[in-house]
Amino acid sequence: MDIFLQQIINGLTTGSVYAIVALGYTMVYGVIQLINFAHGEVVMIGAMVAFSVIMMVVNAGLPIPPLFAVLAGVLVAIPACMAIGYMLERVAYRPLRHAPRLAPLITAIGMSIVLQHLALLIWGRDPRAFPQIIENPSFAIGGAAISGVQIAIILLSFAMMAGLTWFVYRTRFGIAIRATAEDVRVAALMGVDANRVIAATFVIGAGLGAVAGVMVGTYYGITHYTMGFMLGLKAFSAAVLGGIGNIAGAMLGGILLGLVEALGTGYIGDFTDLCHWPVVGEMLSARCADGGHAVLFGSNYQDVFAFVVLILVLVFRPSGLLGERVSERA
Amino acid sequence: MRKICLPRWLGMTLIVVALLALPLVLTQVGTAWVRIANLAILFIFLSLGLNIVVGMAGLLDLGYVAFYAVGAYTWALLASPHFGVHLPFWIILPIGALLACIAGAVLGAPTLRLRGDYLAIVTLGFGEIVRIFMNNLSSPFNITNGPKGITRIDSFSVGDMDFRSTDTLLGIDFTGPTKYYYVLLLLLLFVIVVNLRLQKSRIGRAWVAIREDEIAAKAAGINTRNIKLLAFAMGASFGGIAGGMFAAMQGFVSPESFVLHESIMILAMVVLGGMGNVWGVIAGALLLSFVPEFLRYTVEPAQMALFGHLLIEPEVLRMLIFGVALVLTMRFRPAGLWPESRHKREMGEMNEERG
Amino acid sequence: MNLPMKTLSFSVAAAVLMIGCGKKEEAPAPQAAAPAPAVPVVVKIGHVAPLTGGIAHLGKDNENGARLALDEANAENVKIGGQAVKFELVAEDDQADPKVGNTVAQKLVDAKVVGVVGHLNSGTTIPASAIYNGAGLPMISGSATNPALTEQGFKGVFRVVGRDDQQGPAVANYLIATTKPKTVAIVDDATAYGEGLANEVEKTLKDAGVKVLPREKGTDKTADWKAVLTKIKGKKPDAVFYGGMDATGGPLLKQARELKIGAVFAFGDGACTDKMAELAGDAAENLVCSQAGIPVQAAGKKFLDGYKAKFNIDPILYSPFTYDSTKLLIAAMQKADSTDPAKYLPALQSIDFNGASGNIQFDEKGDRKDAEMTIFTMKEGKITPLAIIKSGKSLTLDEYAALGAPAAPPSATPAAEAKPAEGAAPAQK
Repeated sequence: MDIFLQQIINGLTTGSVYAIVALGYTMVYGVIQLINFAHGEVVMIGAMVAFSVIMMVVNAGLPIPPLFAVLAGVLVAIPACMAIGYMLERVAYRPLRHAPRLAPLITAIGMSIVLQHLALLIWGRDPRAFPQIIENPSFAIGGAAISGVQIAIILLSFAMMAGLTWFVYRTRFGIAIRATAEDVRVAALMGVDANRVIAATFVIGAGLGAVAGVMVGTYYGITHYTMGFMLGLKAFSAAVLGGIGNIAGAMLGGILLGLVEALGTGYIGDFTDLCHWPVVGEMLSARCADGGHAVLFGSNYQDVFAFVVLILVLVFRPSGLLGERVSERA
Repeated sequence: MRKICLPRWLGMTLIVVALLALPLVLTQVGTAWVRIANLAILFIFLSLGLNIVVGMAGLLDLGYVAFYAVGAYTWALLASPHFGVHLPFWIILPIGALLACIAGAVLGAPTLRLRGDYLAIVTLGFGEIVRIFMNNLSSPFNITNGPKGITRIDSFSVGDMDFRSTDTLLGIDFTGPTKYYYVLLLLLLFVIVVNLRLQKSRIGRAWVAIREDEIAAKAAGINTRNIKLLAFAMGASFGGIAGGMFAAMQGFVSPESFVLHESIMILAMVVLGGMGNVWGVIAGALLLSFVPEFLRYTVEPAQMALFGHLLIEPEVLRMLIFGVALVLTMRFRPAGLWPESRHKREMGEMNEERG
Repeated sequence: MNLPMKTLSFSVAAAVLMIGCGKKEEAPAPQAAAPAPAVPVVVKIGHVAPLTGGIAHLGKDNENGARLALDEANAENVKIGGQAVKFELVAEDDQADPKVGNTVAQKLVDAKVVGVVGHLNSGTTIPASAIYNGAGLPMISGSATNPALTEQGFKGVFRVVGRDDQQGPAVANYLIATTKPKTVAIVDDATAYGEGLANEVEKTLKDAGVKVLPREKGTDKTADWKAVLTKIKGKKPDAVFYGGMDATGGPLLKQARELKIGAVFAFGDGACTDKMAELAGDAAENLVCSQAGIPVQAAGKKFLDGYKAKFNIDPILYSPFTYDSTKLLIAAMQKADSTDPAKYLPALQSIDFNGASGNIQFDEKGDRKDAEMTIFTMKEGKITPLAIIKSGKSLTLDEYAALGAPAAPPSATPAAEAKPAEGAAPAQK
């Protein structure tokens, strides 16, 4: 039971990270129905910038508490990423707003190649060890361990989702965003500056990405210039799973994906150990003898579990768990 | 029709002669260029296959490399010491194409209702799943040899002629890569003809109809389900053939050749060249295959000449230039370098509506 | 990638005679009188490793090793066949992609290099070796450890690094001898290297009657190991072995301790670096890991100083091996007094050379003979050698040093030049 609980905690934490990154995809998609393929790189740059700032603060030897050093990292990473998000929109998306819809996908891929290699130039090829400076107390719940960082990640992600929801549904600017998402032209007729709104979604998404980057760095203790890609991919899957364009959906999708991965890794391997199966196990007695195993789907299929769930959900709910409309564009 | 055809045939003859002479010329510059040309042809293959799915039928497929992998592993398993099976190419290539075709249908069937980005992520997931299986099917039973890949794969051979060794004919050395070039060229010709015919056929028009408006297409009596499945299956079989040739040429396959990045590159070729237009797609594939290689040869000397020392390492600069080139091309030719005329018009309108 | 195996050069004396190992002045002396030709002949040596992508830092490290070796050789004004030669490195990026690997291999062949050092990954080295073989070019990999590389029957294919099936048993036997585990969990990163090494460890453990849990896997980019580790925790193994690199091994170890897994953690050479301490923090203390041959930190002092001076960073992992590989090529050329691959290949095959990674001789397959393995532990953020496994025996450092000392007649000959450093190095750590 403690193991099961531990897997839930693992899944929740990973899922929360996916969720925050997914919010970035979903914000952009909700408004212009385009995938911001370079979002994963923005997250990576957020982590890298924070890494540099924290190292600087630590090396300067200022008598400030470690938590503030991390906060300083976040506070520099957010504007840095926002600037990149804005630039992405201006360079890769705005000029192509009326182009065939695959064109911005290619520019985004181009931009992500550029961002990745710029990061390589600045931060080098080595994986960088993210400074572990904050106290990370561990708490025991029913035999499982949960660390302070994990709790912070889970709480922060919910807080950010709530904040974003409030922003989109309760502020004037949020209304403008939703109006633009509904119909750009009509929104423009109503006096909404569509360019500003669209740029804002990129900037907000990138800001969230920066926070996610710092979380990932702090949690895993490592940053690398290629880290954005897989994270982006998973988060994008999470956004689609929940219904892309839907804020709560991104959250739900992220956490679901995190749980599926953790539980899939934790249990499917044991269930598919052929040596534990009645008939097959006897046929394989030669290899099963003396505690041998013949596992069909172990943790090596971790990513497969996630994608299979995604595909199944989409087959039965083609617009994701909370997605309202079926996309009309191919 | 006839009027245009005649000069066209003349031009064709010139092109054919040029294509036939190309590897002999390239060999003078360096055999590496013949290999690069061969890979470029393989990528044309793949792009044309993907073009059927994405360009003609409008189904965004991000997992195309899966079919390439199926073809490559089919060849690797049926012509290598791994299982001790050594079948000739005329058995393996069709089997590879068939298996890829089945894989295409398997992917297509559950995704018929999905459109746009949902389809993209599912196909992407499918591509990753295939790769992960290739990487892990070494246990509990060893089928693919896992990440170690399969080595010592038989090369393409006809009768006694092995395409990996050098033969001399009429005083000219035909190296392994050169011989492969001719085989690939022949296959490519076949694929291009099939593509051109498809484009103008009933099926081709049905694909375009689905791409432009699925509901209208249905109303017009098109069996959209079968036609879509057909697009996946046909596109996939091209990938299967390309995969088989890849395995034969390389003599080695491992899962790391079939990563998502490859799918994205192939898609970039299709989109950059001009979706739906066979010639545009070919141009896109050629461009994206040669530009990085060209940069590989020029970046370092150029920097040395300009600054006298290496400012940015060549490999990094090469990727940076490549990324910027993608962005700029799309910025100024958003429908691709050589767009399909009808496609361009209609896509333009559709996007207008969306704002 | 396994690290090097170094053979203990018992045969140093022989070495001394045969190889002019490396360089050195007198070897080509006969022609030395040649009135310095103004323009030295340029001799190109190829090097291939991934310089972009996830393990680009290791690729650059490899390239640096080769570059250092060439620069040193050039500084010595080597003469071959009576002519002054200038070595030039043709460095290529294979992006760790076999397809690109073949293209750049061909490019090196076209560029008329006389030998190749590389590639880094087994996955690119194996297919590329066919191209070098076809062109009659000798190649030496300093990091490709997949046994299949030298099982292809190619004459010109060598490696100076140990094979997975030599290193695995060493670390497994050490675990058995010291922790006497009943149950061991094995994790790998699903790459040819990680899985290959893990399989060898598993085989040895099982043969010794240790219960091995079903294999768990991540990828070479996995940062989140919690799910895998939690599962392992539930089965309470006494030891955990991970086959993979430090970039994934560090987070694995850190997360394991966060989950309060108390088992002994053991790693292969890919995660046997000081970087582990940086990535895993305190959790890295007392990990056990193995390296084929003598580790970077214990490599010849001349190499270490030269590397640091030239590149202003510390070597990471395989650079001593690419350094040695490059020197081997040059030594063989000097010995054969020819840069013609066909002529110096036999000299390479029969070479006996003392390099930064110890004594090197090749067996008939092109693998390094009688490799030593070293077992390390992490102490205060530094990997520290515990024992050296030689011909199946576990030696303490002192025993090894005692063994090494008589075997290496100090400074008697040019060949011995790398030797003292080698013998001394493990001791100093």
